[in-house]
Amino acid sequence: MSTPKYDSLEIDGLKYKTQLTEKFINRKRWEAPNPGAVITYIPGSIIDLYVKEGQEVKAGDLLCLLEAMKMHNKIQAPISGTVTKIYVNKGDKLPKDALMFEIK
Amino acid sequence: MSLKRNVLDLRKRKEIVLQGGGEEAIKKQAAMGKLTARERIEAILDKDSFHEYDMFVEHQSKDFDMDKKVLHGDGVIIGTGTIYGEPVCIYAQDFTVAGGSLGLMHARKITKIMDHALKMRVPLIGINDSGGARIQEGVDSLAGYGEIFFRNTQASGVIPQLSVILGPCAGGAVYSPALTDFVFVVDNISKMFITGPEVVKTVLGEVVTMEELGGAKVHSEISGNAHFFAHSEYECFEQIKKLLTFIPWSNEAKAKPFPSKPPRPEYKIEKIIPSDPTQPYDVRDVIRAVADDSDFLEVQQEFAKNIVVGFGRIDGETIGFVANQPSVLAGVLDCDSSDKAGRFIRFCDAFNIPIVTFEDMPGYLPGVEQEHMGVIRHGAKVLYAYSEATVPKITVILRKAYGGGYIAMNSRHLKADFMFAWPTAEIAVMGPEGAANIIFKKEIMAAENPNEMRKIKVAEYREKFANPYVAASKGYIDSVIEPEETRKILKHSIEVSSNKSVLTPAKKHGIPPF
Repeated sequence: MSTPKYDSLEIDGLKYKTQLTEKFINRKRWEAPNPGAVITYIPGSIIDLYVKEGQEVKAGDLLCLLEAMKMHNKIQAPISGTVTKIYVNKGDKLPKDALMFEIK
Repeated sequence: MSLKRNVLDLRKRKEIVLQGGGEEAIKKQAAMGKLTARERIEAILDKDSFHEYDMFVEHQSKDFDMDKKVLHGDGVIIGTGTIYGEPVCIYAQDFTVAGGSLGLMHARKITKIMDHALKMRVPLIGINDSGGARIQEGVDSLAGYGEIFFRNTQASGVIPQLSVILGPCAGGAVYSPALTDFVFVVDNISKMFITGPEVVKTVLGEVVTMEELGGAKVHSEISGNAHFFAHSEYECFEQIKKLLTFIPWSNEAKAKPFPSKPPRPEYKIEKIIPSDPTQPYDVRDVIRAVADDSDFLEVQQEFAKNIVVGFGRIDGETIGFVANQPSVLAGVLDCDSSDKAGRFIRFCDAFNIPIVTFEDMPGYLPGVEQEHMGVIRHGAKVLYAYSEATVPKITVILRKAYGGGYIAMNSRHLKADFMFAWPTAEIAVMGPEGAANIIFKKEIMAAENPNEMRKIKVAEYREKFANPYVAASKGYIDSVIEPEETRKILKHSIEVSSNKSVLTPAKKHGIPPF
């Protein structure tokens, strides 16, 4: 048997010599969410766009229609502000967690 | 017709059915590196012990020209036989017949043998090799799946149910294996997913191979859906047979006892564990050092490796071992390892298998990812499973037993029957560093040299509390034992627990944190 490659893992101030699993190494690092970033919560395609860059929107305003799982999902502005950047076009197919709009 | 002619006619009819989907289809099956359904059944069961039922069942479907098609046995073989002389029920989907697709009669055959297994209190082995629902039969095939799932659930905890994935198992079909106790997969042959690569690609634009999406490795290492991984079908059949030697035929029986054998001499229990609590070792060596013939059948070997679960024997009696694995992620409990342990403990409890727990763990895995994944509700499964279990429960604390981990790993407080600790045990709310930093915060801050003071205080805490004697003085530990005594003491504890009887409050069922 080959000797495993050990790393270290710190828990409550103690550093343990131990192996890390692939799943642990590949885990998603947490980042603070940006409230003005509108991200796809489900993979789908954009079937209509209702805003332009520079447009003022109020929280709840319709930004686009995202078709996913045979449903037309209304994507609304999460906050009031200006649409500073649009990353998508009509007809785009998007994966989950894709950035669609930025509102400031 | 004379009797002889009748018999000849019967033989001819049988011969036709035995050809399954015909020569071409059987060739294709072999080209995929797969055995046929019949070959599989024969390889698993004792020689010549298989008896088949419902051989002449045919589908009743009329739509889409189905009335012109003959599907022998409707794509599934069912029957009874023996393994090491003990009866089992078995079914095998036949991929050579219409891709093993599941229609109404196909499902009825499966549910017939399931009903039989439950009634006769014998294990059920299901071999899955099917393209999925037979679309021509529409809602009838969906009904068929539902009837199977219902029976899987009814039989759960009454008879052992084994699912063997030897081909595709896609869509709704995956939920039968998921409801059973043990899932066996074979590299390059097993494929399990809810939606296949084609759909994933068209709907989501994600390009992935079948193997990457739901191959044997994925389910053994990442998803945790499979319990046993093999490189070939024959290796898989050996695993099935071996597992069946360890488990009882129903919840009303005990596993068959074997002649007692000492552990093999190369496993020297006093040489395995480094005394420094931060140093790793393989806890499976401790299990092998106490198990008969050092024989340990690990379950979910590649999934959540920070906890080890599986079967062995002590003095001939089957034991379910649960052990923290310090060589992987320091042996922490996290979402996956909690799920793995919780499920295994419940299997042991349902099937009258005593549980021996080896504890050496620093606590739960910290981090945003774990908290957001729900380590609270996942971790709770371990507490629930241990608390709920009424089989003999014995814990040996090898080294660290910190905090929530100490409570979770079958502590006295969850009603362990016996609590033992090695002299190397450290039973405390947390590791000495963390504890000293909190308790002596003021002293450390006020000192001229805080680092020096911290070291002194950590040493002081370690000396006073990082040992088994505080817990032993309160009766939380029954006995501090020498490592060499472990097997002898485990054997004794199991012996004196053989008539264990506990009353639990009457209820319909508990509500475990699923």
